[in-house]
Amino acid sequence: MSSSKGDRRKERIDRGIKVRSDSVYAISSWKEITYLIAPRLVLILGLALAPLVLSATPYWQRVVSIICVYSLLAMGFDFLANYVGLVSLGGGFYVGIGAYAAALLNTHFGLPPMITIPMATLLGAIICTVLFLPCLPLRGVYFAIVSLMYPLLAARIVEALDIFGGTDGILGVDGFSNVWVEQYFLVLCVLVMVFALRRLVEEDIGLVFRGVKDNDQAVKASGININQYKALGVFIASALGCLGGACLTHMYMWAGLSQFALDFSIIPIAATVVGGGGTLVGPVLGCLILVPVSELLRDFGSLRIAVYSIVLTAFIVFKSEGIMIYTARKYEQFERWVEI
Amino acid sequence: MDIIIYGIINSVSLALMAVGFTLVYGVSRLPNFAHGALYILTGYLTWILMNRAGLNYVFSAIIALGLTGLIGAAMYQLVLIRVRGMPISEIIASYAIGLAILEGLRWGGLKGGTFRLPPFVEGSVTVLGVSVDFQRIFVVILGATLMGALWLFVNNTKLGLALKGMAQDERAALTLGIDSDRMAVTATAIGSMLAGAAAIILLPLGSIAVESGYHVLIMAVAVCIVGGLGSWTGAVLAAFIIGFAQILSVVYFGAHYQAVVALLAIVITLICRPSGLFGRQKELEERV
Repeated sequence: MSSSKGDRRKERIDRGIKVRSDSVYAISSWKEITYLIAPRLVLILGLALAPLVLSATPYWQRVVSIICVYSLLAMGFDFLANYVGLVSLGGGFYVGIGAYAAALLNTHFGLPPMITIPMATLLGAIICTVLFLPCLPLRGVYFAIVSLMYPLLAARIVEALDIFGGTDGILGVDGFSNVWVEQYFLVLCVLVMVFALRRLVEEDIGLVFRGVKDNDQAVKASGININQYKALGVFIASALGCLGGACLTHMYMWAGLSQFALDFSIIPIAATVVGGGGTLVGPVLGCLILVPVSELLRDFGSLRIAVYSIVLTAFIVFKSEGIMIYTARKYEQFERWVEI
Repeated sequence: MDIIIYGIINSVSLALMAVGFTLVYGVSRLPNFAHGALYILTGYLTWILMNRAGLNYVFSAIIALGLTGLIGAAMYQLVLIRVRGMPISEIIASYAIGLAILEGLRWGGLKGGTFRLPPFVEGSVTVLGVSVDFQRIFVVILGATLMGALWLFVNNTKLGLALKGMAQDERAALTLGIDSDRMAVTATAIGSMLAGAAAIILLPLGSIAVESGYHVLIMAVAVCIVGGLGSWTGAVLAAFIIGFAQILSVVYFGAHYQAVVALLAIVITLICRPSGLFGRQKELEERV
C-alpha cells in the first residue's frame, strides 16, 4: 500500500447472513434459505432455460451444447489442477479418446447414443488412466509437459497407422434423436457433475486429494499411496473429458483427428483461469463467457486461440483469482477501508 | 554410414533445440513453454527483415536474434516475474504466450511452404560416401561451436558463473550479491536467443511453419526430460540417444514413427530413472 493514500488497508468481514447460514441456523428463515439457494438456482435455471430462450436461433442453440461440452472439460481440468495438483495441458486427448470410443461403439456394434455415451465415458476414462499411469509419479511441470504430448502423438499415431479411418475420421455416427434431447442431456450432465464434484471435494477423499496437491510427502508419510489417488483423479477428470468427447461425436455425427486439436486443450484452461480455479463452478462460468466469444470470432480462424491466450495471460497476471472467487467474495463479505 | 552421419546431424539439431530450454529451466526453474514460439518467431522476423526490409542475410539474422532476446526478456519482466514460484501459473502463462505468438503468426498468414530461409551455401558434398548438403554440415559445425561457446561462457565469464551459481543454489547466490531477478531475466533472454539461433541454423532445412513451433517445443522437452532437466551433459547425451533412435526408426520402421520414439524415450526414462540420465538427487526429490 502506498503511503500517499494514507496508511490504510482493506478489511473484509463476513456478512452476518453468511455466518448464520454456514451453521445449523441456515434454515431458520426464508431470507437465509434464499441467500443460500439463490446463486445455485441462477445457475440451474440459467442453463435449463438457455436452450428454450435460444430456440429461435438454431445456431446459438447449438452453441449451448458446445458450452456444455467445454464446461465438462474445464471442470475436469480444474479438478485435476486445483485439487489433485496435476496440470494437464492435453485435454484434447480425453476428448479424442471419448469421441473415438463412442464412434466405434456406435458404428461397429450399432449401439444407440444413450448407451454409447456412458460406455465411451467409462471405457475412455479407463484407457486414459492406464496410458497416464507411467507419468503419475511426476509432479507439476513434468506432468504438464508429458500430458501436452499425448494428444499430439495420438493424432500422429492415428495418422501414421491409418487406423480408425485415418485422416478422414469415422463417418456415419448416429446423432441424438432430436436437438432437445441433446441439449437437455448435456445441461443435465453439466449440472450433475458440478454439484457432484463440489460435494466430492468436501468429503474425506477430497481432503486426501488436496493433501496430495499441497504436500505429497506428508500424505505418503501417513501411509497413503499417492499414486492410487492421482490415478483416481486422472480417472475422474478423463471421464469428464471422454463424456464431453462422446457427446461431441454424436452431435456432429463424426469422430476425427480434429478432436485431438488444441482448442480442446486451451479453451478449458482459459475458462478455468477466467472463471476462477478451485471453485469447479468457475470453469462453467468461464465457458459461458469464452465460448460465445469464440463463436463470434469464428471468422478469424486461428486468431481465436491467440485472443484466448492473451485473455488467459492477462487474467493470470492481473486478476488471478478469477470471476467466481471475486463475485463470491462480494456476495459473502463486506469490504471497508481501515486506518492503521 | 548413412545412419551415423544423419544420426549425428539429427542429434545436433535436437541438442540445439533443447539447449535454450534447459538453460532457462536450470537457472530460474521456469519451464519456458514459449520456447517453440520464440524459435518460429526468430525465423519469421529474419524472413521479414530480408524480404520486406531488404536487409542482407547476416544483418537480418542478427537483428532478429536481438529482437527475440528482447521479447524473451520482456516476457519475463512483464508477465512471468509476477507468477514465479507458482508452477501451475508459470506453465499456463508461458504456454499461453507461446500460443498467442504462434497462432497470431498463423492468423497473420504464416503457412508452410511459402516462407523459406535460404541455405547459407547451396550445394552438397560427399562425406565418407554419403551425400550431405552444406547446410547440414553447417548445422553440425555451428551447433558444436555454439555449444562450446556456451560452455566457455558459463564456466569462464563472471555473468556465466553467476548464472551457474543461481542454478545450483539460489539462496546462496543471493547472499553473494547475485541479483536473482536480473539473472533470471538474463537467462530468459539468452535462452530465447538460443532458440532463435537454433531457428536460424535449422530453418533453412525446411520451411517456416507454425507446426514446427510445437514440434520444437516437444523435442526440447523430450531431450530435457531424458537428460535430466537443467543438466547440460545430460541434455547433449539425450539429444544423441533420441537423435539416433529417431534415425534408426525412420530407416527400419518408417518416417511416421519419429515422434513416437520421443514419447517412448520419455516414458521409459520416467519409469527407469525418474530424474533423467544426469539428474541429481535433489531433482529426484523435487519431481517425484
